[in-house]
Amino acid sequence: MKRFLIPLGVFVVLVVFLAVGLTLNPRDVPSPLKDKPAPAFTLPQLAAAGKSFSPADMKGRVWLFNVWASWCVSCRQEHPLLVAFAKEGKVPVVGLNYKDQEADAKGWLAQFGDPYVLSAVDADGRVGIDYGVYGVPETYVIDKAGMIRMKHTGPITPESLQKQILPLVAELSK
Amino acid sequence: MKLSGLLLCCVLVFSGAAMAREAAPMAADLEVEKRMVAISEELRCLVCQNESLSGSHAELAQDLRREIRKMIAEGKSDKEILDFMVDRYGDFVRYRPPMKPTTWLLWGGPFLFLAGGLAALIAFLRRRAKDNAAPVLSDEERRRAATLLDQTKP
Repeated sequence: MKRFLIPLGVFVVLVVFLAVGLTLNPRDVPSPLKDKPAPAFTLPQLAAAGKSFSPADMKGRVWLFNVWASWCVSCRQEHPLLVAFAKEGKVPVVGLNYKDQEADAKGWLAQFGDPYVLSAVDADGRVGIDYGVYGVPETYVIDKAGMIRMKHTGPITPESLQKQILPLVAELSK
Repeated sequence: MKLSGLLLCCVLVFSGAAMAREAAPMAADLEVEKRMVAISEELRCLVCQNESLSGSHAELAQDLRREIRKMIAEGKSDKEILDFMVDRYGDFVRYRPPMKPTTWLLWGGPFLFLAGGLAALIAFLRRRAKDNAAPVLSDEERRRAATLLDQTKP
């Protein structure tokens, strides 16, 4: 009996490792931008022609930076939640319209509602690269000093909003 | 016969011209392209995670390859380009992550397994050697064996 103990132990350890590994989300890559200043940029605004937006404009406020595109399927999934959330007016949501066509983007907001105080147009995706965007939608929580405090990859769910984003926003707004 | 000869000539002349047109820009960019491929082969495409940046057709990979080409043209070193990627996407983009406390187990793990395997092998061999050691015969047994052996002699 004793000779089976070691293989059994090894097997149990292996099962535990595999079980944990299978429940991890491979898309959830920790962002090196956490607790670093939000990369600076100046981009034209989608709605107001001639106006531009830069993260420095939001200094002194806690805000959400949401990367979206009309061609992005998961963005449709999270959009109703964002619209409802924006109506509460707890925290401003700025959009980054990533690699999109202007007409498509405007049409999309007209059809599904516009939760953004404004959307910056990143037509060639260059700003997206600076923010380490690899799977739209992505959402950043940026604090009053302009530091990225959290990055959420993929559509925001009611759960991630209630358990992660809102508590962090409340803490940062103090 | 004459006509087909003429046609063949045309084909050869024009295909030659076409080839020359295609080849010219490649030659100029060959060094840049080579370096770009070498760097992007070290990097993971984050969209399709089991593909390298050089092999991926994802749009992000194309954008990143464009950025690498641009940085090469700006005269950046390979290390600067790798750092650019790591700053944005983390160590995860590198197929060969750097040695640091959080990756020690990753790099040392295989050697730990090797050491464990060797230890188990040595223990097993030692035990087997002890079990198999030829039993020492007492004088009495030796005598008996000798008589038995003598009996079998013809």
